[in-house]
Amino acid sequence: MGKRIGMEVAIAAAEAVALCNIDVAAVYPITPQSHIAEHMADIIHDGRIDAEFITVESEHSAISACAGASAAGARAYTATSSQGLMLMHEILPIVSAMRLPICMANANRAVSGPLNIWNDHGDIMPQRDSGWISLFTENGQEAIDLSIMSFKIAEDPEVMLPCVVNIDGFQLTHMIEPLELPGQAEVAKFLPPRKPFAQLHPDNPISMGCFAMPDTYTETVKAKETALINSKKIITRVFSEWAKRFGRKYNVVETYRTKGADTLLLTMGSMGETAATAVDEMRKAGKKVGLVKLRLWRPFPVEELKAAIKECKTLIVMDRAISTGGAGGPVATDIKSLLYGEKTRPRILNVIAGLGGRDLTVEDFVAMFEMAKKKKDETYELYGVRE
Amino acid sequence: MAKKKTEQKKWPEKWHEVNPGCMVFAAGSAANYKTGSWKSQRPLTDNAKCIKCGICYIFCPEACIQEVKDGFFEANLDYCKGCGICAHECWPGAIVMREEEE
Repeated sequence: MGKRIGMEVAIAAAEAVALCNIDVAAVYPITPQSHIAEHMADIIHDGRIDAEFITVESEHSAISACAGASAAGARAYTATSSQGLMLMHEILPIVSAMRLPICMANANRAVSGPLNIWNDHGDIMPQRDSGWISLFTENGQEAIDLSIMSFKIAEDPEVMLPCVVNIDGFQLTHMIEPLELPGQAEVAKFLPPRKPFAQLHPDNPISMGCFAMPDTYTETVKAKETALINSKKIITRVFSEWAKRFGRKYNVVETYRTKGADTLLLTMGSMGETAATAVDEMRKAGKKVGLVKLRLWRPFPVEELKAAIKECKTLIVMDRAISTGGAGGPVATDIKSLLYGEKTRPRILNVIAGLGGRDLTVEDFVAMFEMAKKKKDETYELYGVRE
Repeated sequence: MAKKKTEQKKWPEKWHEVNPGCMVFAAGSAANYKTGSWKSQRPLTDNAKCIKCGICYIFCPEACIQEVKDGFFEANLDYCKGCGICAHECWPGAIVMREEEE
């Protein structure tokens, strides 16, 4: 077990990937992901790991270079944020359809316009239907652990899908935290070299990324959808193996003081820690509140979420993004539709907050619980907006 | 796309028969899809005007024109999409495009 050191989370994320025996990194720098790109380049050019760093001219090229490398059998990594992820958008569903296990870090940041470099989840939400496994981290240690686990999940022969690890921009990427990097030998035991299902090689020509006519396309969609849904089983298995080897237990849905709580708050990403502090304070004041944290966003952990919220009367779903002109935030919209067929369900309030880097404090979460008590309907709230 | 089902094997029949990533392991399998039915015009060659230069063979984007007996050239109508490039490029004017209905 490694020792705890003070390190910036973006640097630690790159260091974690350096332990993963990658072959190719194609990364284009963008705030607030730049420290991952720069440090990854340093690691490779200093010869610390035997890998190729491709200095691409855009994020579209970064993900495309990774796709080519992965198709040739390489373990490929990229990282991006916001506009960069939007530029990758075209290639993302191609990568998952080709079943290429590329891993990516996304330093979550608001999308333009207006131009804003700070944290929210507006960049990953438009990618939610791209067929990627999507995980959220709450602190630096989770960024390290999930970055390593993502390769194992993605490359599992039953999965073979790309995986994105969401690390809140600035709120996480630029924090200096006490972190523990696992040892190289332990990671090598946990994550053996990739064994590709098939690879492009001149000696054995095959076709990848083929064309499908109307008589086949629907079947390919069903195949990809089934693979993504089934990946949850392997994600859970990899989490268990990680707990055994490294002592830190992860769940697809995390719960905090939910027992006996009639009101639950649901968060994704870094705001979970602040929300937990708010729950502690309210519990001290005798209020029956708890917290549910969604770690796995795609595939959506339906059964685990239902189990986590089955006893509560009110569920406050936090969204750090808005589906403009739609039914509210993407997380709440999903949860509402997934619970539509249930005989009993909690009252669901959707709070959209923390957009474009606006801070969410303990007091904000306390105020949201108070607001939930007074609110009569289930329409969404754009929290803190100046009226 | 008016194709009789019996003409070619539909692949895959069911969703779970789709290879992971829709990979195709057999080389040259694109030839199983006969795309000739897409065309609305077909090339007709007048061998009396043909000088056997092969420019139609070079320019055919579908690579469906082949050299046949006595050095003349002929389009394989199973794959020809009727684009008319061969007729446009044929400077002795040996190729003309005709409506499929004719």
